Amino acid sequence: MTISNPALVEAKKQDSESFWRSENAKAIGLFVISLALFLAFWELGANMKWFAKGMPTASKTLQELWWWSTHPFFDNGPNDLGIGWNLLISLRRVAIGYTLASIIAVPLGILIGISPVAYKAFNPYVQLLKPVSPLAWLPLGLYIFRDSELTGIFIILISSIWPTLTNTAFGVANVNPEYLDVSKTLGASRLRTVFKIIIPAALPNIVSGLRISMGISWLVIVAAEMLLGTGLGYFIWNEWNNLYIPNILVAIFIIGLVGLILDSLFAALEKFVAFGRKA
Amino acid sequence: MNLASVDSVYHSNSQPAVIPVPSDPSEPSVQLSIRNVTKVFTGKRDFFSKLSRKTTRDFTAIEEISLDIEPNTFVSIIGPSGCGKSTLLNMIAGLSEISSGEILLNNRPIQGPGPDRGMVFQNYALMPWMNVEENIRFAVETVYPKLSPKLMARSIKENIQLVGLVGAEKKHPHELSGGMRQRVGIARALAINPQILLMDEPFGALDALTRGFLQSEVERIWEQQRKTVIMITHSIEEALLLSDRIVMMTRGPAARVNEILEVPFPRPRDRETIDQHPAYHQLKAEMERHLFRETRAVEESRIR
Repeated sequence: MTISNPALVEAKKQDSESFWRSENAKAIGLFVISLALFLAFWELGANMKWFAKGMPTASKTLQELWWWSTHPFFDNGPNDLGIGWNLLISLRRVAIGYTLASIIAVPLGILIGISPVAYKAFNPYVQLLKPVSPLAWLPLGLYIFRDSELTGIFIILISSIWPTLTNTAFGVANVNPEYLDVSKTLGASRLRTVFKIIIPAALPNIVSGLRISMGISWLVIVAAEMLLGTGLGYFIWNEWNNLYIPNILVAIFIIGLVGLILDSLFAALEKFVAFGRKA
Repeated sequence: MNLASVDSVYHSNSQPAVIPVPSDPSEPSVQLSIRNVTKVFTGKRDFFSKLSRKTTRDFTAIEEISLDIEPNTFVSIIGPSGCGKSTLLNMIAGLSEISSGEILLNNRPIQGPGPDRGMVFQNYALMPWMNVEENIRFAVETVYPKLSPKLMARSIKENIQLVGLVGAEKKHPHELSGGMRQRVGIARALAINPQILLMDEPFGALDALTRGFLQSEVERIWEQQRKTVIMITHSIEEALLLSDRIVMMTRGPAARVNEILEVPFPRPRDRETIDQHPAYHQLKAEMERHLFRETRAVEESRIR
């Protein structure tokens, strides 16, 4: 038996057509067109010498990107290292520094957030240290540790600790008072309230803080490595000394891509702990 | 569903959850006694407030309220907005401090919150990260930590059945409608087997149709358990449908009890036939008269 409902047939037809009219399809189209225009302008401009002297063409840069992506792991000494190795070195430093920062920031943030007195008392430290540029810590780190590896980790730690700390403390201090009333009317112990109510309730804020901290870590490591040796930052610095611009552009692209992937992971985690709440 | 089985879950537990009511023959059985209770919110007059010019005056929300509530009665408190109804309920719950006077539960003064009073919140106050079952489990585990897993599971299941949420056990609050959320709130409050159920405008955040439906559900559940209930409400029909007694409060500040109405309608009640009772319209008119007068006074005082 066939159902010949004209309205239904029409709706189905519109459904298949609507993809090309949808916002996403339009956005993809615009993205592709703008990218093509940008690359064409770059290629043309570089060939016509519109830009600075020695600016590589788009095709040359893409060739280099292809070469570096297909040969990520080779090792001809610290000044000629595959970009994959450099990436792993940077990621390792970030992982260590960021993990240490989170291990300190989350519990400390919870403690500060629980007590209004602690919140007010420690806020000045946080507010004063938060806006300090990560690179300002570099000489201090080198002086204390006398080691570039440890200094790199120290800088990641000290610059990525603040967003997690402030977000955690804020989340804990601003738990919906009704949740706490529920806990009180049930006669729940302080410990049970903290672990079963306050921390889960603050989790979206904590994860937002972790996400911002991760972004900052990734920003900071490249800058720090320019002065420390090895890693993606050093790769860029090295190519600057070689005055080979295509590889700098390749590194910028890879840094952006990795940052995007890291951020997406945390965005997914944020969604996972939200349970319908707006983070 | 059998009420006796709910009780048996708790009473089979070695630890007595409910303090036995002392039987004093000289006094009629009063479960909750509110005696000359006054609530004053103290103003801010400290140095920092003065410095920032944010001093506030003392505010007397309710003044010298006295009220006795017998066991197994459904009491509604109704009054114009801002009359301190919720403040009174919060004091009974132990969430808000009593400025003067005392509240006795089974002849013992209330000192802080406790699981002998179950609370249903206006905005449900469900934990978003817990599903329906986990929300109820949290309450039962907190109040009866030594309950065996088997009895725990049974009591959770029975309370989910009681409020008609079978099939939604694994859903999180954001996947439920407002009416379903409040049913979880009611199940959570009942699951700890409190002596008194406190409801703070439980249907205030619901649309009119859902509200009507949930009122009937509460009536059905109440007929099964006949627990003492104190409910704050704005709705005259709601109060008439559910209550044995209606406490009408005057407007704030310094709100008092204006009048206590006995609602004589036979139970179980049905929202469709309740208005056929001869006293219904007279009671309704009396409440409307009082509430409109108080509300007008509140509105006019705001204009001046």
